[in-house]
Amino acid sequence: MENNHLPNYLEYRGKRTGLLGWLTTTDHKRIGLLYFYSMMTFFLTGAVLGILMRLELIAPGRQLVDAQTYNAFFTLHGLAMIFLFVIPGVGAVFGNFMLPIMLGAKDVAFPKVNLLSWYLYVLGAIIVLTSQFMGDGPPDTGWTFYAPYSLKTQTNVVAAVFGAFVLGFSSILTGLNFITTMHRMRAPGMGWKRMPMFAWTLYATGWIQLLATPIVGITLLMLAAERLLGIGFFDPAIGGDPILFQHLFWTYSHPAVYIMILPAMGVISEIIPTFSRKPLFGYTALIVSSMAIAFVGYFVWGHHMFTSGMSEGARWVFSFLSFIVAIPSAIKVFNWTATLYKGAINLQTPFWWAMAFIFVFMIGGFSGLVVGSLATDIHVHDTYFVVAHFHYIVFGGTGFAFFAAMHYWWPKIYGRMYNTKIANIGLLIFFTGFNMLYFPMFILGLMGMPRRYYDYLPQFQDGNVISTIGSWIMISGLIIIITNLIRAKKQTGKIVDNPWNGPTLEWSIQSPPTLENFEELPVVTHGPYEFK
Amino acid sequence: MNSNNQNMETAIHTHSDMHRDDTASKLGMWLFIFTEILLFGGLFIVYSVYRYMNPVAFHLAHEELSITMGLINTIILLISSATVAMSITAIQKGDKRLSLYMVGATILLALVFLINKYFEWGSKFEHGMYPGSDLMDMLSNGDMLFFSLYFFMTGLHGVHIIVGMVLLAVSWFKIKKDAVRSDKYALLENSGLYWHLVDLIWIFLFPLFYLIH
Ligand code: HEM
Ligand SMILES: [Cu+2]
Repeated sequence: MENNHLPNYLEYRGKRTGLLGWLTTTDHKRIGLLYFYSMMTFFLTGAVLGILMRLELIAPGRQLVDAQTYNAFFTLHGLAMIFLFVIPGVGAVFGNFMLPIMLGAKDVAFPKVNLLSWYLYVLGAIIVLTSQFMGDGPPDTGWTFYAPYSLKTQTNVVAAVFGAFVLGFSSILTGLNFITTMHRMRAPGMGWKRMPMFAWTLYATGWIQLLATPIVGITLLMLAAERLLGIGFFDPAIGGDPILFQHLFWTYSHPAVYIMILPAMGVISEIIPTFSRKPLFGYTALIVSSMAIAFVGYFVWGHHMFTSGMSEGARWVFSFLSFIVAIPSAIKVFNWTATLYKGAINLQTPFWWAMAFIFVFMIGGFSGLVVGSLATDIHVHDTYFVVAHFHYIVFGGTGFAFFAAMHYWWPKIYGRMYNTKIANIGLLIFFTGFNMLYFPMFILGLMGMPRRYYDYLPQFQDGNVISTIGSWIMISGLIIIITNLIRAKKQTGKIVDNPWNGPTLEWSIQSPPTLENFEELPVVTHGPYEFK
Repeated sequence: MNSNNQNMETAIHTHSDMHRDDTASKLGMWLFIFTEILLFGGLFIVYSVYRYMNPVAFHLAHEELSITMGLINTIILLISSATVAMSITAIQKGDKRLSLYMVGATILLALVFLINKYFEWGSKFEHGMYPGSDLMDMLSNGDMLFFSLYFFMTGLHGVHIIVGMVLLAVSWFKIKKDAVRSDKYALLENSGLYWHLVDLIWIFLFPLFYLIH
C-alpha cells in the first residue's frame, strides 16, 4: 500500500467486519460488488445450461437429455439470463458503483433501500432457483410464461413467476434510487448537461424501470392467481383471453430490452471518448436519443405478436413504430464512430471491447429490422433466426458492454491492473467463438429450423455442429478472460489511479476509492469529456 | 429545487446514514406512487378489455354488489384522507397531541373499512361465491370475469390498505417518540401520500364495480 493512499472501501472496517460487514453494508460500492458476485454466479449457471443445450443439439435425436429436460433447460437459461443477468446487469453493478462517484456524491440517495434491493434480488433469484427442485418439476414454459400453456402445465410455474415478481420489485427500487440520486445528489457545478453519458442512460433506464415493471408485476400476479385460485383471466376455456396475456407481457418486456441495452450504451459512450481522447460527439443528441428510446420503446411491443392474431392496422402501426425506434439506436452508432474520427486512438482492451460491441450490436440491430417487418417476420418468427437476433443484441450488446465495463473500471474498482495481453487474446477467442456460435443460427432460422426443440431434421446438422463448436471456443475465451481478471485482483498488478487518463470524476480519485469517495466534495467547472 | 440548500446539505453530511434530505424522500415516494398507479393501471386495462367483450354480463353482475356497502366505504376513505391531511398540518404546527389523534383516527377508519369489506366479501362467500368455488365455475364467462376481477382488484386494494395502516402505525409511534416532529416529518408526509394513493385507487374501483351501468 502506497503511503499517500487512504484506507479504501475494501479495507474499511465499520461496526461489523468480515462477511457480515458486507451483508450489512450501505456503501454503494460494496453493494455494486455484491450484485457483481451474485450476478456472475447466475450468469455462469445460465452459460452452463446454454453449453449443455448446444451439446444436445450437436446431432439430431437425443444426445444428452430428453425433451422435457431440454424444455426446463431453456426456461431456466432464459430466466437466469434475462431476469438475473441482463435486466439488473450493467446498472446494478456498474451503475451502483460508478453513478454516485460520477456525480461527485458520497452515495446514492437511499443507501438502505439500495441494500434492500440487493436482498430482494437475491430472494427473487432463490425463489426462481427453488422452482427447479420443488413441486412437480422445473417449469417448462420458456421465460415468457405464455398462457394458456403456463396455466395448464403441471410444472412449478407459480414459484418461477413469483420469483420474477420479486425481482421486478428490486429493479423498481434501483431505478427509483438512481433517479432521486441524480435529482438530488449532484456535486456543486454538476449541472444536468455536465453529467456523463453513463449517468444519463441510467436516468432514462430508471424511468423505464419505474413505469414498465409494474405492468409485468401485475400480469404475473394475475397468472399466479389464475393457477392458484382458478380465477379466469387468461384461459379461454373460462372466458379469459390468452392474447391479452401476451400484450401485457410485452408491454413490459419490450421496454425491458431498453432497460438492458441503455446502460450498456452508456458504458460504450464512456469508453470511446476516453480512448479517442476526444469529447463524445453529439452529447446532446445522445441524451435526446436515450430519452427517445425510453419513450418510443413503450409503443412497439406488438412486434412480438405479429403472428399471434392482431388486426392488419395494429400490425402495420407496430411495425412502423419499431422502425422509428431503430433510429435513435442508429444515431448512437453514428455518434460513436464520429467520436473516433480524427481521435488519438489508444488501442487498449476496453476499447477493443467497445469495438466488438459495435460490430455485434449492428448485426443484431439489422436483423432486428428483419423481424420488425411484417412479411419477413411471418417467415422467421419462432425460428433460430430470432434466437440469433436476440443473442446478438442482448448478449452481444449488454453482455459485451458488461465485459467492456469490467475491463474499463476493474483498475478503479480493485486498484489493480490486469494483464492486457491475455485480456486481448481472451477477447479475440471469445469474439470468434461468439460469432461462430450464433451466426449459423441466422441461416438455420432462414432454412426453417424452429426454436425451443431438442431435436431437428438432418438437413440442419451442419449449421448446428458449427454452432456447438463455436460455443466451446467462446467458453474457452470466457475462462481466459475471467481468470485473467481474478488473477489481477488477487495478485500483484500495480496500483493505478487513472490508467487510461479517463476524464470523468471517478478517475480523479484514488483506486480503490475511499469509503466516502471524495475527501472533499468536488466542484465541477466543465462538461464530462474535456481532455487537456 | 434549491441548489444552494442542496450544496449545504451535502457539505455537512458525513456519512450516508446521517444525511437527511426530505425533498429526496418525498421525490422517492412520488416515484413509488407512479409505480403503484401503473400496477393498478394494468388491471384497469384488463377490466376495460373484458367489459368491452362482455358488456351485458358485466352490467347484470354489477347489480349483485351492494351500492350501500360501497358507498359507506367510499365515505370512510374520504374522511380518512382528510384526517391524515390534518395530522400533517398538526405536526407542522407542533401540535403533537392532535397529530397523534388524527393518525389514530385514520388507522381506525382504515380498520372500519376492512371490517366492512370483511362482511361484504363474507356475504358473497356464504352464497358460495369465491374464486374457485363450484358456483363460480357454473357462471357464464362474463359473470365469472366480473367477479374474478372484483375479488382480485378489491383484494389487492385491501392489501394496500394494510400496508398503508402499517406505515401510519409506524408514523404514530415515531410521533410519540418525537422522532417525527415539527421540523422533521417526512415519514408522516410520505405515509400520508401513500394513504391518499390508496384512497385514489378506491375512487376508481367504486364506480367501476358498483356504479357504472
Ligand atoms: C453463454 C452462452 C450461451 C449459449 C451457449 C446460449 C445458447 C442458447 C440456446 C441453445 C438457446 C435455446 C434455443 C432453443 O432451443 O430455442 C438459448 C435460448 C435463450 N437464450 Fe441463450 N445462450 C447463451 C447466452 C445467453 C445470454 C448471455 C443471454 C441473455 C443475456 C441469453 C438469452 C437467452 C434467451 C432469452 C433464450 C430464450 C429462452 C426461451 O426460449 O424461453 N443466452 N440460448
Ligand atoms: Cu421488442
